Amino acid sequence: MAFLEVKNLHVEIEGKKILNGLNLSVEKGKVVAIMGPNGSGKSTLAYVLAGKDDYKVTEGDVLLNGESILEMAPDERAAKGVFLAFQYPVEVPGVATMTFLRTALNAQRKTRGEAEFSTPEFMKLVRDTATHLGISQEMLRRAVNVGFSGGEKKRNEILQMAVLQPRLAVLDETDSGLDIDALKIVAEGVNRLRSPERSMIVITHYQRLLEFIVPDVVHVLAKGKVVKSGGKELALELEAKGYAQYAGEAA
Amino acid sequence: MPAVQETVEQVRRIDVDQYKYGFVTDIESEKAPKGLSEDTVRFISAKKNEPDWMLSWRLEAYRRWLTMREPTWARVDYPKIDYQDAYYYSAPKKKALASLDEVDPEILKTYEKLGIPLREQEMLAGVVRPEGERRVAVDAVFDSVSVATTFKEELKRAGVIFMPMSEAIREHPELVKKYLGSVVPTSDNFFATLNSAVFSDGSFVYVPPGVRCPMELSTYFRINEANTGQFERTLIIADKGAYVSYLEGCTAPMRDENQLHAAVVELVAHDDAEIKYSTVQNWYPGDADGKGGIFNFVTKRGDCRGTRSKISWTQVETGSAITWKYPSCILRGDNSRGEFYSIAISNGHQQVDSGTKMLHLGKNTTSRIISKGIAAGKSNNTYRGLVTAHRKATNARNFTNCDSLLIGHDCGAHTVPYIEAKNSSAVFEHEATTSKISEDMLFYCRQRGMSAEEATALVVNGFVKDVLQQLPMEFAVEAQKLISISLEGSVG
Repeated sequence: MAFLEVKNLHVEIEGKKILNGLNLSVEKGKVVAIMGPNGSGKSTLAYVLAGKDDYKVTEGDVLLNGESILEMAPDERAAKGVFLAFQYPVEVPGVATMTFLRTALNAQRKTRGEAEFSTPEFMKLVRDTATHLGISQEMLRRAVNVGFSGGEKKRNEILQMAVLQPRLAVLDETDSGLDIDALKIVAEGVNRLRSPERSMIVITHYQRLLEFIVPDVVHVLAKGKVVKSGGKELALELEAKGYAQYAGEAA
Repeated sequence: MPAVQETVEQVRRIDVDQYKYGFVTDIESEKAPKGLSEDTVRFISAKKNEPDWMLSWRLEAYRRWLTMREPTWARVDYPKIDYQDAYYYSAPKKKALASLDEVDPEILKTYEKLGIPLREQEMLAGVVRPEGERRVAVDAVFDSVSVATTFKEELKRAGVIFMPMSEAIREHPELVKKYLGSVVPTSDNFFATLNSAVFSDGSFVYVPPGVRCPMELSTYFRINEANTGQFERTLIIADKGAYVSYLEGCTAPMRDENQLHAAVVELVAHDDAEIKYSTVQNWYPGDADGKGGIFNFVTKRGDCRGTRSKISWTQVETGSAITWKYPSCILRGDNSRGEFYSIAISNGHQQVDSGTKMLHLGKNTTSRIISKGIAAGKSNNTYRGLVTAHRKATNARNFTNCDSLLIGHDCGAHTVPYIEAKNSSAVFEHEATTSKISEDMLFYCRQRGMSAEEATALVVNGFVKDVLQQLPMEFAVEAQKLISISLEGSVG
């Protein structure tokens, strides 16, 4: 059984249908890329997996490790190991990144019935991880995402992912707004987190990111459903031919 | 972050309807006859063995009060107060003031419930600060009488006078005569005048020239008796070059009738002196339907009388049904400085109209106002502030920052700044923002594993951080808890 199983998922937002019977399965330890044109439903899928309000699931189910998560609150899902790296990370004024991370990690651990991290343990964990991502101590003291550059915000997302150690990581257009150097740092950070125990969904519009984070499977999403699946070479084909060929398929 | 964790646990435990401090202590008390008249004033004065000059002072205030009208300009709405339907004096019957051992055990139990470490050893254990042993002296006001004053001896050695006002009137009449009413005159406003006539007790502090008060001074006020107003009167004087930090914390039991609280606090800072006055107020805000709760009409004013003097007000206001309160600074001395840091939180049906006045009279005077208003539930939260520069206030500077945060759809935040500059060299800056806790922010936090309450507590604590930093450290943690408790139930 796949770790994540999305079955015939139909989703609408404010009466507008976005996902149209999407099927997707992600095996444990695998990295799955989801590509598709703008408006194909990529970000909607990410939000629905994470449990954002406003998205109405009208049909279908999402199973994580065999258990439906659709009725769960976002924090319950997080405690079960679902992590979303946001396309647009949110600013939290006045809350230091370190404080934010510790509150999040301990909240998850508490929900899972695990002991909270002690302060020194936690500080060490964050510092070690931050160093790899080129995140300074000063940045950890600053308020979450406030005044961060685009690259810093994305690195901060990967830092959170590294600290929270999710079982399913969804990266929503993590490459958007990054120059090639920043992209490499972020990709390295993600690659370090690849593990047989962790599944990943990498959502992207461009093939470029997949040169650095090489996926096991590539799915093409159009008009709210998967229209084509293949290996990593599918990404290159898309890069060459564009998405136009899928424009009519799901209609 | 342990403090947030703790807050969150508190939030889970405490329901908005289960006001933590809502118990009534069963002790016999002695009351003045109901209602307000010259006889009431005389009764109070006699009970306190006051000298004649004090009685005349009170009577003059009372006669003045009869000619005054209750102010109606604040953005608060409450049923008319019947001033003849209240008791103006209430004291625990058994008075035992020689030592703590003689204090009514019921009273001590009350303090225990409130978490006030009245006994010295508990106090020592409770508030040791990392940079060394700094202690808090508590002058506890139980209804109208100061029950016990601790640390008196050590303060005495430093030359600091810290005692109940009623005692100061008898023991230091020259100081009281000189300063009482010199910042808030008896004719100041309706509630201050009422207080002048019937004030029951409060704290008196005098720090002599050049003395840095060796500990934080603290008073806990508690309104216990039903239908009695608590009319404390506090007077703090920092003589030349002196420094004192004072913290007041308030709780009141849960009762259906609204209880009137009209306090007056006067601060006087001479040349180079500094007074830091912090308030943590969590009086009963009324129940979920807006029934009951404290009416808090307070006049607090500091006079920076000397050159280079400094007065700083910090307040965390989470309680009371109605709050009407404007801690102010008169910047009389050249180069003097006034500060006002405020967190005002309203939930349920609470109404807050609070702010400050910075009156620049001297040259090169500076002031700073940081106000954070948080409105949730069906509450209304108004910041009302006045900044003025007198003709002679050359180079007066003010910086004001008012931020409001709305939680939910049924609450209101209002900002009413008044700015008057009569000197062309004055520079006044005013910044104001109003924001809502965004769904995106909450979702971001919750996606990382925080519950709705934890996420709200984190966001709100971030919002008020600038002000929390101004509080003495041990109280900042308490304030942080209070903030979350008072916002319980505000996230849907």
